[in-house]
Amino acid sequence: MSTFILLTITGLGLGAMYFLIAAGLSLIYGLMGVLNFAHGAFITVGSYGTWWASTHVFDGVGSVLWRFLLSAAFGLVMGVIVATLVELVLIRPLYSRHIEQVLVTVGFQLAFIALITGVFGPDPKVFLVPPWLHETTDVAGAQIPNDRWIEIIVAAVVLGLLQLFLRRTRYGLIIRAGVENRAMVQALGIDVRKAFTLVFAIGGLAAAIAGVLSGVYFNVVGPEQGTSLLIFAFIVVVIGGLGSIGGSAVAAVVVALVQQYTNYYGSAGMGDLVVVLLLGVVLLARPRGFAGAVVGGRA
Amino acid sequence: MTRRRLLADWLWPLVVFGLLALAPVLHVSIPKLFDQPISSPGTLALLASCLIWGALALTYDIQFGYTGLLSFGHALYIAIGVYLANIAITDWHWSFWEAIVFTMVVALAVANVLGFVSLRVSGIAFAMVTLAFAQAGAVLALKDPHHWTHGEEGLGADYTKLPHAFVGVFNTKNLYWLTLAFLALVFFAVRWAVESSPGRVWQAIRENEQRVEVLGMRPRTYKLQAFVLSSTLAAAGGIVYMLLYNGSTLAVTQPNFTLTLLLMVVIGGAGSRWGAVLGGILYTYLNDRLIAIGNSSTVEGLPHALRIPLEQPLFLLGVTFILIVVFLPGGLAGLVSRGRPTGLRRLEEAIRPGGSEGGAPEAQETA
Repeated sequence: MSTFILLTITGLGLGAMYFLIAAGLSLIYGLMGVLNFAHGAFITVGSYGTWWASTHVFDGVGSVLWRFLLSAAFGLVMGVIVATLVELVLIRPLYSRHIEQVLVTVGFQLAFIALITGVFGPDPKVFLVPPWLHETTDVAGAQIPNDRWIEIIVAAVVLGLLQLFLRRTRYGLIIRAGVENRAMVQALGIDVRKAFTLVFAIGGLAAAIAGVLSGVYFNVVGPEQGTSLLIFAFIVVVIGGLGSIGGSAVAAVVVALVQQYTNYYGSAGMGDLVVVLLLGVVLLARPRGFAGAVVGGRA
Repeated sequence: MTRRRLLADWLWPLVVFGLLALAPVLHVSIPKLFDQPISSPGTLALLASCLIWGALALTYDIQFGYTGLLSFGHALYIAIGVYLANIAITDWHWSFWEAIVFTMVVALAVANVLGFVSLRVSGIAFAMVTLAFAQAGAVLALKDPHHWTHGEEGLGADYTKLPHAFVGVFNTKNLYWLTLAFLALVFFAVRWAVESSPGRVWQAIRENEQRVEVLGMRPRTYKLQAFVLSSTLAAAGGIVYMLLYNGSTLAVTQPNFTLTLLLMVVIGGAGSRWGAVLGGILYTYLNDRLIAIGNSSTVEGLPHALRIPLEQPLFLLGVTFILIVVFLPGGLAGLVSRGRPTGLRRLEEAIRPGGSEGGAPEAQETA
């Protein structure tokens, strides 16, 4: 039983990261029709930005907690800046040319990872976090590493804030309307392009948060880490239904839990295969994903 | 067939492939381009790498450039060729020919089944689904549940079971000829396929899928044909790749392998045979040479900021790729055939609603 609890909470922690990545991907796709490969780079910006700041900028800060928080804030700001620049410089000039937009994000992702590998080397970097994150808490006999709680809480807070933003603010309204019918929003005289930049900034922030959390979860950050998380986030987005934040949240939890349980109770690596199988089954039964948003209707 | 068509269809390819076939007997050096004489095993191995990548890029172009299917999982089929043939030979001790026939049958079956499932969705969702299937293959090869692939170590081929003509440094020229023959096979197969009547429907689907549907045809059937042809040829290419590199490594299973093919096809020109081949050859050549330059002593003297991009060829190639997508949508082939929109530009015009006017002569021909 204690193993089951440990697996469940670890799975939720992993699902939290999937959700943070998938949320941005899903919004960007829903609004702009762009499958954003550069998202992997945003994750890397978050994790490397935090690592770099904690060893080069805030290394004089005495308290480990403050040093971590300040560095993480730096990583997140960098994530937002890079994501915004990618939208303004690479995506905007190719407005409405969806395939080319996907291609430039692929090119950016490859070039960026090569650059990171060139500058910081291919070896994983040890990620400094407050020591109590690696201690464990006893839950009904299961020893749960404390960092799992942080991942789950952060993802839940982001989910809540995103829903509030989408439902209660004017820009949220424009984004939701744009996902439904972009042409109509434009016809009403609203400049949808501002919303494009905004979803990229939000997506970049969420991905950078996932990057910081991946450093906490794995203890290290490496150049390829973002790419491997990105692939599962893609699966989550398709299963959840493109353009739906709620669908992504549910799918992220389902995918991560299935992966954890099968990897433990089955054999190692089986979980990844079962997740792909799940994707196949969902597509055969419901080609539009859980949430039923438009899949493949565009591009 | 007009005289011009005859030239373009037969004469040019035969002249080019014929000249390439002479490389192993050319005992000349080209100082700046190659470190060693053309006929030396080192240079021939580099040239053979260029040719196999050109051929693999061309198989990818069948679905991407000609049919408009953006797949991120082409590496899966190449990996089937690279791994399955090797596993059958080295782990199961089958004979070379049995292994090849078995591999091709499996590749054909897998392409049909997975193609059938993935083509339930289209566009970006198709791209994601193919990526996921390829990822499943990558996980299988890495985790190695039956101790066949040897995971991260890779699987060296049992050379005693391979035809002797393809083993050893002295036989590099035979491997080179094999690769060239495979490239020629793919080249003529692609030409035959895209000019057959289903091939014209593929291009019509790329231009305007709805219109094909209105004409009473089922686009999915045709898309599956293109997918299966492209994937099966890729698996055959995988076998050649395995012979060329003496075994199998996990690199062929990675998503980046497919992305590399995508880069090659777009750089060369999507929907163009010469474009895709040229893209593959140039990319492989530059990748190899840039690494050589990056390790040379002249570069070590450069300041840190300049050295990094040179040591990471993927950085320079990625940036080049972005520039080509933005400023030269037809790729290198688009430079040659100016005026007529090719490749991505045509794909884009087709995808845009209402953009099919004047852009779909193929659709009318098939009607």
